[in-house]
Amino acid sequence: MKLRGGIIGLGKMGLSHAAIVGPHPDAELVAVCDTSSLILDAFKKFTSVNVHTDYIRMIDNEKLDFVIVATPTRFHYPIVKYALEKGIHTFCEKPFSLRTNEGEELVSLADKKWLVNQVGYHNHFIGTFIELKRLLKANILGELVHFTGEAYGPVVTKEKGGTWRSDPEEGGGCLFDYASHVINLIQEIAGRPVNAKGTLRKMIYSKNVEDAVYSMLTLESGLTGVLSVNWSDETYRKMSTSLTLIGKKGKIICDATEIKIYLKEANPKEKLGKGWTIKYITEFAIPVDFYLRGEEYSAQIDNFIGCIIKKKQSEINSFAQALSTDRIIDLIIADSKN
Amino acid sequence: MDKVIFGDNQFFAVSHLSDEKSREQAIRFKDDSAIIKVLDQAMETGINTFMCTTHDRIAAICDHMRNNPGKYGNFNIFPCMPYAHKYANAVTDLGIVGTIKQYVPGNIFSTFTKGGVAFLRKDFIGLMELLVDAELKMFKGINTPVIFIQNVVVDMVLGLKMYEVFKAFDSYIRKKYNAEPGYITMNLPALLDALNSVGIENPIICSSVNKLGFRMSGGKEIYERYLSEKQFRPIAMQVLAAGALRPKEAIEYLGRFPKIESVLFGASSKNHIQETKNLIETLLIKN
Repeated sequence: MKLRGGIIGLGKMGLSHAAIVGPHPDAELVAVCDTSSLILDAFKKFTSVNVHTDYIRMIDNEKLDFVIVATPTRFHYPIVKYALEKGIHTFCEKPFSLRTNEGEELVSLADKKWLVNQVGYHNHFIGTFIELKRLLKANILGELVHFTGEAYGPVVTKEKGGTWRSDPEEGGGCLFDYASHVINLIQEIAGRPVNAKGTLRKMIYSKNVEDAVYSMLTLESGLTGVLSVNWSDETYRKMSTSLTLIGKKGKIICDATEIKIYLKEANPKEKLGKGWTIKYITEFAIPVDFYLRGEEYSAQIDNFIGCIIKKKQSEINSFAQALSTDRIIDLIIADSKN
Repeated sequence: MDKVIFGDNQFFAVSHLSDEKSREQAIRFKDDSAIIKVLDQAMETGINTFMCTTHDRIAAICDHMRNNPGKYGNFNIFPCMPYAHKYANAVTDLGIVGTIKQYVPGNIFSTFTKGGVAFLRKDFIGLMELLVDAELKMFKGINTPVIFIQNVVVDMVLGLKMYEVFKAFDSYIRKKYNAEPGYITMNLPALLDALNSVGIENPIICSSVNKLGFRMSGGKEIYERYLSEKQFRPIAMQVLAAGALRPKEAIEYLGRFPKIESVLFGASSKNHIQETKNLIETLLIKN
């Protein structure tokens, strides 16, 4: 029996999830929900998926096993809460919540109900970042001395009014949208940031939200480093996210396409020579049955659906992990106001 | 179709392996003349087809070709639309309706324009046709015997199971542009099945084909089975698996599938272009 899935919010990510759930061998896309009649009419005209404008009605009537919530961030809380209360496994887009007390409530509700919960920090399903995490765990860099987490891309490249993404109350802005990915990567790969200093949130073209965020972060371990994110940089064709780790034994620069390792001395166990070794995503990409824009988008849904089938919690991108990222975002906002 | 098709990724900073390489390419091909120079070198080796996205900068290359009919009169371009990042970045910023408003020509909210009427009536096929026309405008007067939809759109429509959209695209391209429709995909087996299900037979499909199985969704085995047994006109791309394979072993692998009609590749130096072209012509059995 295939799992019955529904998607709430049909923006870029919601449509992308719909296109991935549709052909999934273990799932059936049963229903979608959005407020745009244009999008819903397209589903009505070309597919057999049921369409809804009210998520409550969809959840109450469609007998779903899981939902994917891809609405603007401020709607995550009420929708995820309702889905969990009805006993539905829930995948939520990032960032998770705008208020950490609401996020906490959702984490404990999901735990109490034993429901699979996952958030869309898809970088953890990119082979190069998985390899970076493995190499750091194997301690190939020795004692770490510094990190840099970066993301650049061409989202807002001229001055104009906008959508919810230009409204700070709705979770718009580069910090929530772009930087959350980098913060979450730092958190899961290098360690959890516990302090932010010297934060700059710069408006470049937007009027109400920052287009760039720079901050000095201190991790639980005491390691310090830099966050540098700018979504108004048109020298990048699309979002480009990277992490650099520097240790006493060498350095690693990692992004979605390659991992560049520099070692002061050879590491025979890892078969890494002295000096530079460059490895590519071709070696690490997670095989998927259906590809849309990157293996990671399918791989994260495979993980979520796999967890539901195996009746186990996701070890990657749980609500609790995403809540931790929300807390760090709060720290950065608080520091920027100092 | 020619056996060898020259691609455009190298001109637009598309490297599937390295952001650094992307930047080098962006710097090298800053001026249109640098692109034209490499295209001319490709022509000197005997290449006669250029497959390119509907990137803004291609418009300038098209102008150059139209202004030099003696040289480019018989040259073919295979356009691939749309240039997806333009839309993807716009959707993040403007939302879906905002993006349609930005890119459908004319005032989409005015009922007096074709676009306005299509929008108001939710005439999706009409909107698709308007977007196709907008994307293809730059190729007016240039030979475009095959016109492709690019993989993000193909695979999105495929995943959403909106197969009727393929059918509408197919007939519009044949009727309005007197050209053969083509499809780029990362999901070859699923796409071929979907196209066949709406009556599109023997389609031109451009997809990754490489010895590593890189970007061959569902696995190498099912691709190999389709390449051996099914009826379609394959163009192989990503044959070097983004540079992970040596050209000779990569193209030897393609030689195992006589159905493959063409190989798409990009390169920036004349030697490299010549070398790859020779390998394709020697090792590919078809034609």
